[in-house]
Amino acid sequence: MAHVDSLRCRECGRTYDVAPIYTCEWCFGPLECAYDYDAIAGAISREKIAAGPPSIWRYADLLPVDRNPAVDLGAGYSPLVRADRLAAELGLGEVWIKNDTTNPTNSFKDRVTSVALSKALEFGFKVAACASTGNLANAVAAHAAHAGLRSFVFVPANLEAGKIVTTAVYGGNVVAIDGNYDDVNRLCAELAGTYPWAFVNVNVRTYYAEGSKTLAYETAEQLGWEVPDHVVVPVASGSLLTKIRKGFDELHKVGLLDAEPEVRVSGAQALGCSPVAGAWLEQIDTIKPVKPDTIAKSLAIGNPADGYFALDAVRQTGGGFAAVTDDEVVEAIRLLARTEGIFAETAGGVTIATLKHLAEQGVVRSDERVVAYVTGHGLKTLDAVQDVVGPTATIAPNLDAFHAAFDREDLA
Amino acid sequence: MGVIVRIPTQLRELSAGAAEITLPAGTVAELLAALDAAHPGFAERLHDGDGQLRRFVNVFVADEDIRFLDGLETPVADGQVVSIIPAVAGG
Repeated sequence: MAHVDSLRCRECGRTYDVAPIYTCEWCFGPLECAYDYDAIAGAISREKIAAGPPSIWRYADLLPVDRNPAVDLGAGYSPLVRADRLAAELGLGEVWIKNDTTNPTNSFKDRVTSVALSKALEFGFKVAACASTGNLANAVAAHAAHAGLRSFVFVPANLEAGKIVTTAVYGGNVVAIDGNYDDVNRLCAELAGTYPWAFVNVNVRTYYAEGSKTLAYETAEQLGWEVPDHVVVPVASGSLLTKIRKGFDELHKVGLLDAEPEVRVSGAQALGCSPVAGAWLEQIDTIKPVKPDTIAKSLAIGNPADGYFALDAVRQTGGGFAAVTDDEVVEAIRLLARTEGIFAETAGGVTIATLKHLAEQGVVRSDERVVAYVTGHGLKTLDAVQDVVGPTATIAPNLDAFHAAFDREDLA
Repeated sequence: MGVIVRIPTQLRELSAGAAEITLPAGTVAELLAALDAAHPGFAERLHDGDGQLRRFVNVFVADEDIRFLDGLETPVADGQVVSIIPAVAGG
């Protein structure tokens, strides 16, 4: 059962009963689940987790959901891949890729959605909804279909065509908005005040966001209950980065780690939408909203709600930020695919390009054990690479043509 | 006539449940001052100790974030809609 006592404002500390609410009524700060960690410590063990399902629900004691069974398409428990060839290219030592492209709808959003819709059913909602840059749209449409909920998914009209198809196929309502993600989000904030829907990233966001912690839990479990020295995490709203850090800390609080974790946390943004990285690079405390202009659409949030917390996490842990160009994103997608056989969407390209920058700057060091989070599959953003990769040769179906195209000496 | 300000659900206890209030004002700052005068309590909820908007409060004039305009000094006109919205995000 869930060990959530109450909700707490991250800004002013006011507490609230567990309910589908997401902001502090006093100061508008975001609410967060407050757990009884002593109770969790008494209930959880490495053995119990190992005997659990191969999904995020193996960590049910650390998630804010009572409902059993949860809305579960099998999100989570994705591969942690040792990336020696990538490490060699970047001049690093021990690098791992947390390959979250393998989720049911091929992004980490299945983790948060599984938690959000489980909680939505617990609260008695009949309709699931979200504002999305695409990946969340896929996840909500799929999980709503699986749970028998109606769904309304709101996306910017300029989204990649593939992400529209891979949402609409699940049969819910897909509403394309003439505007960017922040426009969509603003409409959804107003809709959430109008209709009794479970908006996964609005009124059930308090629970939804907790699903991201499982990326930290899995990383530690897969490293034999040790933590990395340094993680590199893509930043859109800033929630994922913040929750990964929280996840490592929680593992220690509930007795699953032997030592207090000291994980340096670094953030990755695209230059065309870098409000958080911008504040870090300029060494200022104010996050200025921006109008996104980048191929990394799944990170294109110009007004990031958890940006301040992400900035704090990076500063407190001695990490860094980079803001990378679209060309670097494409190059990094190809680098990861070429060296490790993992095809990432543009957000993954942002993460790997950031890893490269931080390695060159010496922020990520060769004596560190590094984990980079690749959170979405490359098939979602084929547009980004379709003009730069293609057949090595196009030939007639005979040996002469083949030998004309390739040097024999090179083929043995 | 006046400027129409949309009140988020979290603050409607201050406006006796009203979702929209029409007030005379020439700038966002004047509008928020008029709102507090009509319904005391708004100012301390929207502003921090320095008189700036709290960092999780977003204000939009005609669908544009005032941080892209002139902040609290952004001009407003009769009939325009100003929305007060908490910061949210998904992805």
